[in-house]
Amino acid sequence: MIALARKLRERGVLGLNQRNADYTLRYNPRHLYPLVDDKLLTKQLAQQAGIAVPELYGVIEIEYQRRRLTTWLEPHQEFVIKPAQGSGGDGILIISGRKRGNYRKVNGQMLNEEELQHHVSNILSGMYSLGGHPDKALIEYRVNFAPVFEAVAYQGVPDIRIIVFLGVPVMAMVRLPTRMSDGKANLHQGAIGAGIDLATGTTLTAVWQNEIVTEHPDTENPVTGVRIPDWDVLLRLAARCYELTGLGYQGVDIVLDRDKGPLMLELNARPGLNIQIANRAGLGPRLHLVEQQRRTLSSLDDRIAFAKQHFAADQSHSVSN
Amino acid sequence: MTKRHLYAVAGLLTVAGLGLFGYKTFILGFPLQPGASAGLWNVEVRITFTAQRKPAKISLFIPRNTRRYAVIDENFISRGFGLITSTTEDGNRRVVWSVRLAEGRQTLYYRAKVHKVQITEPPAPPSPQEVAVPQMDSPYHESALALVKEIRSKSADAETFVGELFKRIYDPKPDETITLLFGIDAEPEEKIQTAVKILQLAGIPTRTVHGIRLRQTAGEASRVHWAQIHDGSLWRSVDPVTGELHIPDDYFAWWRGAQPLVQAEGVRKLRYTLSASPDEEEAIRAAFVGARLEMPRMLEFSLFSLPLQTQAVYRILLMVPLGAFLLVLLRNVVGVKTFGTFMPILIALAFRETQLLWGVVLFSVVVALGLVVRFYLEHLKLLLVPRLASVLIVVIILMAIMSVVSHRLGLERGLSVALFPMVILTMTIERMCIVWEERGAAEALQQGLGSLSVAALTYLVITQNLVEHLFFVFPELLLILLAGTLLLGRYSGFRLLELRRFRALAQDQSP
Repeated sequence: MIALARKLRERGVLGLNQRNADYTLRYNPRHLYPLVDDKLLTKQLAQQAGIAVPELYGVIEIEYQRRRLTTWLEPHQEFVIKPAQGSGGDGILIISGRKRGNYRKVNGQMLNEEELQHHVSNILSGMYSLGGHPDKALIEYRVNFAPVFEAVAYQGVPDIRIIVFLGVPVMAMVRLPTRMSDGKANLHQGAIGAGIDLATGTTLTAVWQNEIVTEHPDTENPVTGVRIPDWDVLLRLAARCYELTGLGYQGVDIVLDRDKGPLMLELNARPGLNIQIANRAGLGPRLHLVEQQRRTLSSLDDRIAFAKQHFAADQSHSVSN
Repeated sequence: MTKRHLYAVAGLLTVAGLGLFGYKTFILGFPLQPGASAGLWNVEVRITFTAQRKPAKISLFIPRNTRRYAVIDENFISRGFGLITSTTEDGNRRVVWSVRLAEGRQTLYYRAKVHKVQITEPPAPPSPQEVAVPQMDSPYHESALALVKEIRSKSADAETFVGELFKRIYDPKPDETITLLFGIDAEPEEKIQTAVKILQLAGIPTRTVHGIRLRQTAGEASRVHWAQIHDGSLWRSVDPVTGELHIPDDYFAWWRGAQPLVQAEGVRKLRYTLSASPDEEEAIRAAFVGARLEMPRMLEFSLFSLPLQTQAVYRILLMVPLGAFLLVLLRNVVGVKTFGTFMPILIALAFRETQLLWGVVLFSVVVALGLVVRFYLEHLKLLLVPRLASVLIVVIILMAIMSVVSHRLGLERGLSVALFPMVILTMTIERMCIVWEERGAAEALQQGLGSLSVAALTYLVITQNLVEHLFFVFPELLLILLAGTLLLGRYSGFRLLELRRFRALAQDQSP
């Protein structure tokens, strides 16, 4: 047990306590949290800064407005309903089409008008929000994901999570929905996480349910070695989110849309630690390096170059071995 | 900087806590162990009988103040009975319960607190005692007279006479006279009665004393009988075995004379038990009596200045910080997941009333049934607050049903389900249901089990008598607990369960 702990520490694996004590509590001032905890606010901030986000169709803030849902949704075949203050991907409903007044979820299940309204009502009452506060329901554009992940995503939208520390991308992974995760891209719900080489944007090995895998369990296509297009654009987009919120340690979630390119989906002030398993590397040494060099890393170009130079895949191996 | 600051605060708190603790323990001599005897005892007589639909009268001897023990705080529990206490001619106190018409089984209690005291001056002025002439039948009378004559020749005064007599009584090979007078295997009480008669025959003022030993026993207190002789100014007790004029400290005199403890008229199936237990609360108070002399200010602002009932509340409340500390350990160092941060502590407090096994069973049953109802409510698509209220109502109905059913089945423990915090149960059911839907049954059951085991563990810790005693007598230990909690607040090592989660990262990677 102690040997295991020592080994993990040697490899620089970050635990929840250390993430909280040394990074989120230190670099993320409490007053900035609402900027990322409220997805509506994040979206508005990003739009002002010129960062691309999925288009917002509407916001339902009070129970009464729920009745207008039908008229609001009229022009849209596909859309996503999500709680503004949800956590861990709970409460996100993805509708991929309609049929005779009913709505089709990505898994093919049909929902009628009433069930859809009940979901919205649950969101408003705070069922999915942190601390159970009353919440808002966002209705937004459903991302048509870029063909690059077509073969390795089971329904739903794969997204790319990049940990940005003091403006420097330090680790990245792509989360691939599976049958088990019900089209959602959250690891604890059963999605696959594949590490990404920060220098090239190519996927490394993947983790599914704490196991190392190389193929998608549903589509059986290899998840390793997939090259993400426009990787530099993604890195830049992620790094700019530091200036957007001022949070020193955050997770940036990006989706690749077929038509609109990379879109920033949401930010997370307490990003999970599974990304370490997906990359088979600890965050510790990388964060430490950035902390040491932070004075030399002022411009965006410097930060990207630093990330690509120091956190490339073979580098990460040498760090962790 | 922050770390040094934190260490300084934690260090200060620890030093303050330990300092006060040490001062109270070593200088003021507060008891570290619960029930450390300070000579305070609760004694109780329980009398049961069956009344026969006619007037009944029960008389009971009750203890009075002596040079060795003071009787304080007496209580008579006797519903529907008239009650008179009086002092008899021979100095005994007695209570008489009477009732005109009673039926069925009746129970009467006498309770008192007894405090060990040491009074050196005689309570009454010296007075010569008349010696009662004992009544003995013919052959015994002569033998007794012969024995008295023989012992008198071998002794100088009353004290040596008593010594010689008891030596003979407890001789492993008693002579014929002794065997005739005392029998071969007589009860200790009979032996004392006979010895008293012989002493009276010898012209020594003597009486029989009946009492109990103040010792911690599981059931009934052990009864003792001894003789007292009057030396001209004081009644002095004779050790019933050695015959010396000194009896053990824990002999507590109850009544004197040859009459039985309880006498009753008009009742059947008379039973009575005598019991004694050390009084812990009072024991601590007694320690404070000593402390009051040295540090009068300190006590005015201590928990002991509160009314007894409030003190009882704080005995439990002071366990909550310990539970919280345990929770911090289990969540941040071990990594156990629970529903709600402090829910396990509240459940553990409820377990105090229900006992562990019953608590776990009742909790599981209520939550399981509640979940079934909650899953049904899911179909009705209710709004959050009405839904929570509905679950709360259902939880209370379930609790009421369980109480009634278990009472019918004679499982009295089942009644204690009423002591569960129902709002906490409701929130547990709601959260468990959401986790079940969102993350699956496995995760929900895992968290439920986690919560329950944390609650059980907390219960096991907070019900330790020693722990409760320490925190109540030494509330400054909370400062040490606070220091520990503050330090854990900056613990940045792995959680025990994280080691398992990340173990793949510790394996040597294949290239």
